[in-house]
Amino acid sequence: MVTLQHYLFLSAVLFTLGVAGVMIRRNLIVILMSLELMLNAVNLSFIAFAKYLDSIEGQIFVLFIMVVAAAEVAVGLAIGVAVFRQRGTVDVNDINLMKW
Amino acid sequence: MTDLVWLIPVFPLIGFLINGLFTRKLPEKAIGWIGSLSVGASFVVAVLIFLEVLGMEPGSRSVQKIVYTWILSGDLSVPIGFLIDPLSLVMMLVVSGVGFIIHVYSIGYMHGETGFRRYFAYLNLFVFNMLILVSANNFLLLFVGWEGVGLCSYLLIGYYYEKKSAADAGKKAFVVNRVGDFGFLVGMFLIFITFGTFDFTQVFSEATAKLTQGGLMVTGITLLLFLGATGKSAQIPLYTWLPDAMEGPTPVSALIHAATMVTAGVYMVARCSVLFAMAPVSMTTVAVIGGATAFYAATIGMTQFDIKRVLAYSTISQLGYMFMACGVGAFASGIFHLMTHAFFKALLFMAAGSVMHAMAGELDMRKMGNLRHKLPQTHWTYLFGTLAIAGIFPFAGFFSKDEILFYSFERHMGFWILGALAAIMTSYYMFRSVFMTFYGKSRVEADVAHHLHESPPIMTVPLMILAGLSLVGGLVGIPIIQGWHVFGDFLSPVFAPATAILTSNAHGAAHHSLALELILMGMSLAIAVGGLLFARYMYIVDPAAPDRVISRIPEIHQLVYNKYWVDQLYDILFVNSIVKFSRFLWKAFDDAVVDGIVNGLARLTRGFGGVLRQLQSGLVKDYALSIMVGVVVIIGYLVLR
Repeated sequence: MVTLQHYLFLSAVLFTLGVAGVMIRRNLIVILMSLELMLNAVNLSFIAFAKYLDSIEGQIFVLFIMVVAAAEVAVGLAIGVAVFRQRGTVDVNDINLMKW
Repeated sequence: MTDLVWLIPVFPLIGFLINGLFTRKLPEKAIGWIGSLSVGASFVVAVLIFLEVLGMEPGSRSVQKIVYTWILSGDLSVPIGFLIDPLSLVMMLVVSGVGFIIHVYSIGYMHGETGFRRYFAYLNLFVFNMLILVSANNFLLLFVGWEGVGLCSYLLIGYYYEKKSAADAGKKAFVVNRVGDFGFLVGMFLIFITFGTFDFTQVFSEATAKLTQGGLMVTGITLLLFLGATGKSAQIPLYTWLPDAMEGPTPVSALIHAATMVTAGVYMVARCSVLFAMAPVSMTTVAVIGGATAFYAATIGMTQFDIKRVLAYSTISQLGYMFMACGVGAFASGIFHLMTHAFFKALLFMAAGSVMHAMAGELDMRKMGNLRHKLPQTHWTYLFGTLAIAGIFPFAGFFSKDEILFYSFERHMGFWILGALAAIMTSYYMFRSVFMTFYGKSRVEADVAHHLHESPPIMTVPLMILAGLSLVGGLVGIPIIQGWHVFGDFLSPVFAPATAILTSNAHGAAHHSLALELILMGMSLAIAVGGLLFARYMYIVDPAAPDRVISRIPEIHQLVYNKYWVDQLYDILFVNSIVKFSRFLWKAFDDAVVDGIVNGLARLTRGFGGVLRQLQSGLVKDYALSIMVGVVVIIGYLVLR
């Protein structure tokens, strides 16, 4: 029997993996992918709760998040492409002009 | 007509505003006539009021017109009000009348100068302030005019501001006057403390009740007021600014530094005659300072070669006469001399200006000589002015100066001797200037000589008018015969309270002795002629004589020629120490303390920012980490609470 706890546990694991990816990886593309992972971990917990509480709102929310995530990826990748063209790299440690 | 007295100062104010703001595109002539006619209009109003006042009873010739309440604060109420009485009327007539003539002359003299418009605007502003000064009915409004004329004097001395000496002279005049103004202000405050009002009529009518005769308070007030007068009227010890003020255009010297503004101190002392009469110590001080200045300035005048400086020192000397008259209690004589002096000194300055005009700006009398054929009108008018100032019968100066000498003789022999010595020197140096300029051999440089020319009529006609006034101006005050001294009788109601105090103090009142008066008259005439003859001997008969005299007493000549080194002495005593103190404040206080605080605050802020800015690394990961930490902390707090 797969219970709510299983879903939430999986969601937490995925979210932590995403956070770790964002924090540790240096490649911009991978960071974006990790962000997606975080978003989808959240989606998973939404769905799980929606099923558990027998409510439709959670599912609708997931749809919204997907739309926003798609837009975010589009913008993020566009920035990534522009940065690569400009500087020849997508290593975020090299992209540090915005400082004192 | 007396209701319209406010028009008298307002006309020049309008002229100032028009010329100051609007007439940029107009030709010189229009600007000049706007300026002149605005003063002329004041003169017309003053004459009309004068005629109306003449029709009143002599005892009731004092009218106050309040236009507007200027300051109202608790018990203090200061109106914009005018006092019309014989004294202020005489001053208004002289200021606006002589002012008008000088304005017209200026149209010719200033022709082609850059800043023609500025010149006329300032000149109008000056006349406005001067008329406020003489017509005010309270001390505070008088002080407004007093400061206003000081400002205009500063602006006009520094008219050629691109010349350093002119700018410096303007500054000097302003700063020296400030010293006097300090005394005047403190005197005014003491008056307010004592009387609770600034109003002339109230102060003077309550003076005998609220102040003790010869007491500390009245002596203090009058001495402080007199300090103000020494600044404005260039008396010892604050006279040093006036000779330097000759850096301004010549009509300015004529109007401000000879005919009107410098007489403000005399006017103020005469206006406060009641207070002065109550303080014998102050009266003696005024007389001594006046007599000493008259003598001292005359000695310097004998040695100068700059024609305008000769006239400047003679102005100081003549102002000394006026103060001596006030100091011996002959206030009316002081004002009489003020009026005649306004005529002939304005004339002398403007004639000197006409000489300068012909000589392409040359002022050194050693480079003049024998100009009488080239400049006939200037020569005659200058000669008239000289005859008047030297006191030769029947020119104006004879009557006024003789009267002062007579009254000072009555008071004390010493004053008469001082005055008589000053008179003989005056006659000498004035005729010296005439002979050096218009007679003898021509010492004019060749390139100047061939375009010597008489000035245009717009300059010579004002000269002739003033020459006429210098001739007949004294006839309003013929002494000896009872009732012929029209001027003195006209003024006497104003000075009646002061005279009453003075005569009640004098033990065994002096009698007018006809014989004495005639003898003194003869002596002053002899003195004047003596000076004339001496100057003629030195500069016409034996032109080598002056050099011989100088070589006999070179030290004394150097001392006097360099004005007794007083300027240098003041520099050492006051100016340098003040400059040093200011430098100390600049370096030690301003640079170290004030700038230290400001810069220290800035440095502190910048250092703090320097620490904080390390947080902004530019690395996205760092920001993500700080967000994470923040989230963990908040959630941890919510969970573990």
